[in-house]
Amino acid sequence: MSTPTLTPTRPDPSAPGAALTQRRSRPGELAFRVAMQSCLAVAFGVLASLLGWVLIKGWNRLDSRLWTEMPTGLTSRLDTAGVQSALVGTVWIISLVAVICLPIGVLSAIYLEEYANNTRWYNRLLELNIQNLAGVPSIIFGILGLGIIARTLGLGFTVITAAIVLSLLVLPVVIIASREAIRAVPQSIRQASYALGATKWQTVSRQVLPSAVPGIATGSILALSRAIGEAAPLLVLGAVTFITFNPDGLDSAYTALPIQIFTFIARSQSEYTELAAGAIVLLLTIVLAMNSIAIFVRNRFEKRW
Amino acid sequence: MSIRDVSAAASPPENESEVTTVNPDTTSRPAVNIAGVQPAAGHQPRPTTPVMELSGVSVYYGAYEAVRGTSMPIQEKQITAMIGPSGCGKSTILRSLNRMNDLIPGARVTGSVTYHGQDLYAKEVDPIEVRRRIGMVFQKPNPFPKSIYDNVAYGPRVTGMKVANMDDLVEKALRDAALWDEVKDKLKTSGLSLSGGQQQRLCIARTIAVKPEIILMDEPCSALDPIATAKIEDLMFELSNDYTIVIVTHNMQQAARVSHYTSFFTAEVDEKQERHGRLVEFSPTGKLFTNPTDKRTEDYITGRFG
Amino acid sequence: MTTSTRSAGSAAGNTLRRGRRRPVESIVQVLLVAAALVSIVTTVGIIIALANPTIEFFQQVSIVEFFTGTSWTPTFLQKAYGVLPLVSATIVVTVIALVIAVPIGLGSAIYLAEYAKPGTRKVLKPVVELLAGVPTVVYGFVALFALNPLLQKWWPTENGPGFQNLLIAGIAMGIMIVPTIASISEDAMSSVPRSLREGAYALASTKMQVSTRVVVPAAISGIVAAVVLGISRAVGETMIVTIAGGLTSDRVVFNPLEGAATMTAFIANISSGDIPVGSLDYDSVFAVGALLFLITFALNAVSIRMVRRFREVYE
Repeated sequence: MSTPTLTPTRPDPSAPGAALTQRRSRPGELAFRVAMQSCLAVAFGVLASLLGWVLIKGWNRLDSRLWTEMPTGLTSRLDTAGVQSALVGTVWIISLVAVICLPIGVLSAIYLEEYANNTRWYNRLLELNIQNLAGVPSIIFGILGLGIIARTLGLGFTVITAAIVLSLLVLPVVIIASREAIRAVPQSIRQASYALGATKWQTVSRQVLPSAVPGIATGSILALSRAIGEAAPLLVLGAVTFITFNPDGLDSAYTALPIQIFTFIARSQSEYTELAAGAIVLLLTIVLAMNSIAIFVRNRFEKRW
Repeated sequence: MSIRDVSAAASPPENESEVTTVNPDTTSRPAVNIAGVQPAAGHQPRPTTPVMELSGVSVYYGAYEAVRGTSMPIQEKQITAMIGPSGCGKSTILRSLNRMNDLIPGARVTGSVTYHGQDLYAKEVDPIEVRRRIGMVFQKPNPFPKSIYDNVAYGPRVTGMKVANMDDLVEKALRDAALWDEVKDKLKTSGLSLSGGQQQRLCIARTIAVKPEIILMDEPCSALDPIATAKIEDLMFELSNDYTIVIVTHNMQQAARVSHYTSFFTAEVDEKQERHGRLVEFSPTGKLFTNPTDKRTEDYITGRFG
Repeated sequence: MTTSTRSAGSAAGNTLRRGRRRPVESIVQVLLVAAALVSIVTTVGIIIALANPTIEFFQQVSIVEFFTGTSWTPTFLQKAYGVLPLVSATIVVTVIALVIAVPIGLGSAIYLAEYAKPGTRKVLKPVVELLAGVPTVVYGFVALFALNPLLQKWWPTENGPGFQNLLIAGIAMGIMIVPTIASISEDAMSSVPRSLREGAYALASTKMQVSTRVVVPAAISGIVAAVVLGISRAVGETMIVTIAGGLTSDRVVFNPLEGAATMTAFIANISSGDIPVGSLDYDSVFAVGALLFLITFALNAVSIRMVRRFREVYE
C-alpha cells in the first residue's frame, strides 16, 4: 500500500487509513426515505383534506339548529331541521353502553389476568373467543341483535336493544385494553400485598385496579367512542326512519347520529347533503375529542415501573 | 455441565474480592480469617425454642424438583441466614415458609413445614392467616404507589386489625423501622419518592405494622448501597429482640455479621443433568464460618468453591 | 405504646385454621366468572342467531346453487340465490382497498419506526391512532360526495365510473384501513430489539438496508397480522359499500367502475327494509351473514396466530 506510484490514482476507499470523509452518494437511500415519508404525508394529507372538505360542506349548518331542531323527511321544512333526536339517542345509547359494557369488560379482564389458570383449556378457549369476537364484523352483531335480542327476547327495536348490541360489540375492546393495563402492574406489588396477609380480592381491588385505572380508562373511552360511530348494527336493527322525538325510556324507539347521517345521505337533495355534513362534523367532534382524551390519559398517566 | 462450572458461573461477584484476599494456604487451616468476617462471626445464639421446623421439604415447579429434602429449625427471636450460590433454592425455601409459592402456578411443596407444631400445608390452613403471622420483605424495595402513611396502614386495614389509633400504629411501625425521623414531615408523599434504602425500611415498617411473629427477608439489601445496607443490618439486629427473622442473602459477610444461625445451600446436578438445590449444613453462625462440618461449606466460605 | 388489641406475642401459637369466612371473595369470584361468560354467550348467541334461519334457508335453496349461482336476486320476482355476485364484489373492493392501504400503511410505519425523530414520532403516532377512530359512515359520505365526483371529472369517458361504484368504495376503504395497518405494523417494528438493528449497522448497513432487510423481516408476522386484520375489516365493513358501492347483485361484476352489492351491503340494504320474519328473503340475510362470519373467522384465526408468533419471538 505504501508503494509509491507515479500516476495519481484515486485512493482505494477500502484501504486502511483511507479518508472517512469521502461520502459515497447513495441516491437509493434518499429515494427510499422520501418514499416512506410521502406515504405518511399522503395518508395524512388525504385524510386532512377529506375532513376539511366535510367541514366546508357542512359549514352552513353548523349552528344551534343542529342540536335544537328535529330531523325531518320533508324537504320544505329542511331549513329548520337538525339532529336533536339523534344526538339525544346517541347520548342515551352510549350511557347505557357504559353502564352495561364497562363493568362486564373490566371484570372479565380481572378474571382472565388474576384468577384464571391459563393452563386450563376453557380459559384458553375464553381468550381465543374474545380475540375472535374483536374481529367479527359489526353487522354480524346487528344480526345477533335482530335474531336474538329484538325478536327471541322480544325487546324489539328499542334503545335497550341497541345498547346491548353495541355493548357486546365493543366488549372485546374493553377486555383487551383492561387486560393489558392489569398485566402492566408489576408482580412485586401483588406479592407485597399478599405477604401482608391481604386476600386476593383485597390485593386486586386496592392495589392492582388503582394502578391500572389509566389504561382501563383509555381503553374504555376508545371503546365508547367506537360505539358512538357504529352505524352498521343499528341499520340492521331498524333504526332508519326520521324520528322526530327524543327517546324517553329503555323501550323507546330511537335514532342515533351515524344512522341519522346515513338517512340524510340516502336522500338525493343537496340540502340533505349539507345537513349530513353538519351532523358528521358534530359526530367527528365528539368521537375525536373522546379519542384525544383517551390518548392523552394514556400518555400522561402511563406508569413506568 | 459440572458442579464446578455451574457454581463458578453462579457465584456472586462479591466473593471475588474475597478470593483475592484469602491466604492461599487456607486449605490446611480452619478458615477463620476470611476477609471482613471477624473470628467470632455471628451473634451468640440464645437458647430458644424453634417456632418453625422444616423436615424433608422439597419444592417442585411442575415436574421439576427445585429444592430437595430440606430439614432445619427456625429458632424463636433469632436471625437465621440462608446462604449459597444463585440457583441453590434458598429463596424458594424461604417462600415456602409463608406459602408465597402458592401464587406460582404449578408450584408444589412436599415434606412438612410446621409453625408452632401446626402443619403449614394442612388442608384447613388458611394461607392468608399464615402470611399475616409470617411477613415478608422482598429483594427489590416494592412500596405500593401510595403515600408513606397508606403503605404502613395497608396491612392493618386489609387484615381487619382492630386499631385504636392508626396514626399511633403508623408512627410506631416507622419508628421501629428507624424511618420515622426521616419521613415524619412527609407522611402524605408517595412511598416511591423515597431513596432505595428508605423504601426498603418502609417495606419493613409496613411488614411489622401487622405485628407478624416471623419476618422473612429475601436478599433485602441486594439492591442497596453499602450505607443503606448497614442501616438495614442494624435494624434487623434491633428487630430480633421482638421478631424471628429469616434472611436469604448471597452476601456471606452479611450473614456472618447479622445472623445467629446460618444454613448453607448449594446446587447439585443429578444424573439427568438437572440442578437441584440442597441444604448442606445448618449451624450456629459462629461455628459455620469458623469450623464448618462439611467440606463444601468450607470451600464456599473460603471462596474456593467446588 | 399499645395501639392495637393484638400484640406480636398473642398471635403466637394461634390456630391458622380458616376461622374467618370470606364471603366477599366467593361473591367476587362468581361475579368474575359470570362476566367472563358474557363473551362466550355472545359467540353462542351469534351462532344460534345465524344457524336457525340459515338451516331453513338451505332447506329451500340448494347449497350448490348458493355457492355456484351467478345471480343473487331475492327481492326480484325471478328469485335467484347464487351468492357469487356478493362474494365477487366483496373481493373486488377488498383488493382495491389493500392495493392502496398496504403500501401506504407500511411506508408510514417504516417512516415512523425507523426514520422519524423521537419527538416527531411522539406526535404523529397518536394522530395515526386518532384517525383510526373516524366512523366509517364518514368515509362513505366523502366517497360518494367528494371522491367520486373527482373521479368522474378525471375520467370523463362514456363508460366512466357510475354514481356508485366499487372503485370509489375500495379507495375510501383503503384510506380507512391505512391507520390500522400503519399503527399495528409500527408496533411490530418498534418491538424489534435494538440489538438487531445495531448488529446490522455495525456491519456498515445503510438505513434502508436495515429497514428492509432486518426490521421488516423480523417484524413480518406482526405486519402480516396487520394486513390480515385490514382484510378482515375490509370484508366486514358495511357503511362505505352500502353508501358508495352500489346495489347490483343480479350478475357477477368485476369491472370496478360499476356498482355492485357486497355481502355486507346486501345485509344492510335488505334488513333495513321491512321484510317479513321467516320468509326466504329474511332467511337469506342470515345465510349471507353466516358465510361472512365464517370468512372473517378464518381471517381472525390467521391473524391471531401471527400475532402470537411475533409475541413469542420478542416478548
